[in-house]
Formats: sequence, C-alpha cells, structure tokens
Amino acid sequence: MSVSVPHALAVWCRNAAMYRRTWKWNILPNFFEPVFYLFSIGIGVGAYVAEMGGTTYLEFLAPGLVCVAAMNGASFEVTYNIYVRLIFEKSYDAMLTTPIEPDDVLAGEVLWAVTRASIYGGCFFIVLALFGLAPLPSALWVLLVIPMTGLLFASIGVVFSLRIPNIDFFSFYFTLFLTPLFLFSDVFFPLEERLARPWLWVAEALPLLHPVRLARAAFRGQFSPVVLWDLFYILGVSFLLLVWARRSVRQRLTN
Amino acid sequence: MAIKEISAASTIVTARSVSKKFGERVAVDNLDLEVPARVCFGLLGPNGAGKTTTLRMIYGVTRPTSGTIHVFGMDINQHLRSVRSRLGVTLQQNVLIETLSPKENLRVFGRYHLLREPELSRRADELIDFLELRSHANVPVRQLSGGFQRRLAIALSLMNRPELLILDEPTTGLDPAVRLALWSRVRELRARGTTVLITTHYMDEAQRLCDQVAIVAAGKVIAAGAPADLIATRLAPETVEFDCTPQEEAALLDGFTGASRRLRTGQRLMLYVEDASVLIERIRNYDRGDRRPVFVRPTNLEDVFLALTGTGLEGTA
Repeated sequence: MSVSVPHALAVWCRNAAMYRRTWKWNILPNFFEPVFYLFSIGIGVGAYVAEMGGTTYLEFLAPGLVCVAAMNGASFEVTYNIYVRLIFEKSYDAMLTTPIEPDDVLAGEVLWAVTRASIYGGCFFIVLALFGLAPLPSALWVLLVIPMTGLLFASIGVVFSLRIPNIDFFSFYFTLFLTPLFLFSDVFFPLEERLARPWLWVAEALPLLHPVRLARAAFRGQFSPVVLWDLFYILGVSFLLLVWARRSVRQRLTN
Repeated sequence: MAIKEISAASTIVTARSVSKKFGERVAVDNLDLEVPARVCFGLLGPNGAGKTTTLRMIYGVTRPTSGTIHVFGMDINQHLRSVRSRLGVTLQQNVLIETLSPKENLRVFGRYHLLREPELSRRADELIDFLELRSHANVPVRQLSGGFQRRLAIALSLMNRPELLILDEPTTGLDPAVRLALWSRVRELRARGTTVLITTHYMDEAQRLCDQVAIVAAGKVIAAGAPADLIATRLAPETVEFDCTPQEEAALLDGFTGASRRLRTGQRLMLYVEDASVLIERIRNYDRGDRRPVFVRPTNLEDVFLALTGTGLEGTA
C-alpha cells in the first residue's frame, strides 16, 4: 500500500471546503495574535532593551514569531481537529468506504496542516513586511521555512493525536510542550548567550529551535553551516515521525 | 475453472469460512455468505452478532483472521481500491460535514471517488432529486432534520453509482414516513440493477424489502433464504398468541402435537401452527368458554428471528 496523490488531495479538499466556509472568522485571530506579541514584547519590552543577539530587539523577535505562527497553525489542525474527525465525526471511517486508504488520509491531513501553517505564518510575514520588519529580498527565504515548520509540527502532533487515550491529553500537549517551546526556543532571547555549553547540546533537541534559527538566518541573510543541521533535523525528525504515524493511522482506522 | 467464473458473475459477495477474532473475543465465527447479484440481501441478527464486523470485512476495513472474501469476483484484500470504487457504504452513524450544505457534502464525497467536474455537479444534482433533498440543498446540514440527514448520508454512498450498496441499519431512529420513502428508493435502486446488502433490527423491514436474508447469531449464519421460505420451513404459517401460566400451559397443551414450536416471554405464549382453529378450540374447551383473548396472525420473519435467536425462556419445541 502506498499514497495515492489524487486521493490524498481529495482529503485535503475536504478540509479546504470546510475552511472556505469559515476562513473569514478564522483568519482574524491568526493575524492578531502574533501582532500582539510583536507590539507588547517587541515594542513594549523592547524599548528597554538596547540590543539583542547583535540587532534591535524587534529585529531579533520578528523571525521567531513567524515560526511560532506556523507552529500554532499546524498544531491546532493535527490535534483537536484530527481527533474530532477521528473519534467523534468518524470522517475517516467514511473515507475508508471509498478508494481512500489510511496512507492517503495521513498524507492529506499533513498536507492540510502544512497549508494552515503556511496561511498563519504567511499572514504574519505580510504584517512584518508592511511594518518594514522583513528585510527584502533575503527574508523571502522564510517562505520556505514556514511550510517546513508546519511539516515538523504536523508530524509531531499527528503521532500524539493517534496515540492518546482521550481528548483531555491535548491540554498537556499545549501547556507542557508547545508553551515551553514557544518560550525557550530562541524566540525571545538568544539561548546560546544564556545557557552553559553542555545545556546547549540538550537544547538542540527542541523542535522549534531549528525553524527559528533558519528564519533568523533568512532575515539576516547570513547562512552558516548550522543551517544544514537545522534542515536535516526538521526533515529527518518529520520523516521518522511520519513513518510512525503511518503505522498508527492504520492501526486506528483498520483492524 | 468454468464454474468459478460463472459464480463470480452472478455472485457479488462470497465469504468462505470467514472468522474474525479481536484478541480472545470471536466476533465472526466461520461464516459463509453468498450475496447474489441484483437482489436486496438482509443480514439480520441481534446486537453484537457480528453484522457490522462482517460488513467491514466485505469492504476491506477489517481483515479476516481466517477465510476469504471475494467481492465482484476479486479478493478484497488484494484489490481494495478497485473493489471500493464499485461499492457504496452508508455507515450506522451519519458522517456529514455539518457546516456545509447537502450539495457541498456530495461534491466533497464525490472527490473521494476522484469524480471531476462537470460529472461531480451533475451526479450531486441527480442524487439531490433522487433522495428528495432539493428543498434544503443549500442549507447547512446542521439545520436539517434526522430524516434529511439520513437521506443525505445514503446519497453520499451513491455518488460513484455503486454496483453494490451496503446499508448498515439505514432506518434506525427514523419516523415511519421516512422509512417508507427510503424503502421505495432501495427498491428503485435494486430494480435498476444495484445489489443491496442491508443490516437491520427491524424484521418487518427485512421481510418487506429483502429477497433473501441471512440470520446471524454469535458470528455464525444460523439460517438463510427467502423470508417466506424461512417462515415456511422454520416455523408454520399461523401464529397463535395468548397469556397463560406455565402450569396452564402444561395442562392445556398436554398431548398437543400441532405446534412446530412454542415460545414463551413472561406470561405470553406463542405457538406456530399449520391450522390455528384446532388450537383455539382446545383453549376454549380448557377455559370452558371464550374467556381468554387469543390472537391469531400470519407468522412473520420476526417470529423466525425470535425462535432462532432465542428470547430467554423457550418452550419445548
């Protein structure tokens, strides 16, 4: 069994059809949430910070928030939304009465989560560009980082969603996983200036750290070999998790 | 080889010695089933008899622990996509996108079968008419009544013009008018050559709709055939029902051999007989007059079902 692209796209189309109906209401909070962070922390707190990581605080903060927006976009989709479709709406049971296979369901859902991440991240990027906070053209590289961030957090979230016994576990996922990642992944302060060397190695395990570093490299137009490690981490971890998710989705949908 | 080909052409579903175990629990136990082409076939049985598991194995979502299933002459586990492209399934629970209209739901579902425009819209339109959804075709599904939603669920499973339509308890919880309307749609489909495989708890539904039925209990087929034949061979044409105590029953029916079977639920006793008048006379004699209400009616599939699957205390048969 393998993925059939047209069938995976049919799954994607289902979600897109639903989103088309509600996007006007959905997209506004996506726009505003990172903008509030930008204003409160970037401009408010930033007024007391002379420089951070070699730039103004606002310039330091902006690229990380793009990744956070993408992370949130993907995460909501593959946690609550997938769980509701799986357990309550039984959408996948209906799909599996057609030529759609579990692999197609997984591929379609991950692709959709990447799409949502791209909408969230892309919107915020446009805001930054309008404020003159995205140095063009080099910052445009971040448009590749956004879908990769989506892919990574879609893969993590989908494995989690397929493995938990009930919906209450998502509060752990958000408060004990995503929130600390948000706070400690180089978004608000440079980890390498605050952590002792041995801890820096441990910090390399944090998933959000890698997209944030890539985004910052794009905004600064400075690419070091670390970029390759970040790319390898994002794609490698996503791949391994998706292999795992593929087994899980088959176990959940067929027996 | 020639025989095999012929049977493949006239038989839509063939299950041979199919078993399914979930851990220690046996859901389906060495089941044999043959669904001929162009009939309405009923799979009947009490809750937990293995009906839904059997259906899931037929469309390939559940894999048998042992045995083989062929649909359209193809082994389901080797030709999943091509078999599923030719069948439609209405699940027990309606799976609808509540924020979208019936029309949009149909188009989303049609894409699962890779239908493209203009066929996608044309087919959605046809089904909106066929299942009488026109008046609410553009209203969000969450505003529709249960009957509308059920009809839409059935419409979805018809998007790909299936040769085999599988309906898992299609009329549970629907009002009588909607049930009647659905039955007529099912008959119409069958008349156009669609094979229909249906599970139901309602024996009147099975009797009126199905050309053939299989009664399943504890994962096994315990009786199969046309409803009328089952009634004739398993029971008797007339059913006599009345209330009596077990002591009265023993005295009243002492030496009586006319009943093919007796069934007791609480005070109610049912006897299946060739000729009810003999028994009625016996009851009148015992009561010394017309004192006890006695009902005589034609035996139906429900009686066969109850007699075969048991209702607890059963009289000597």
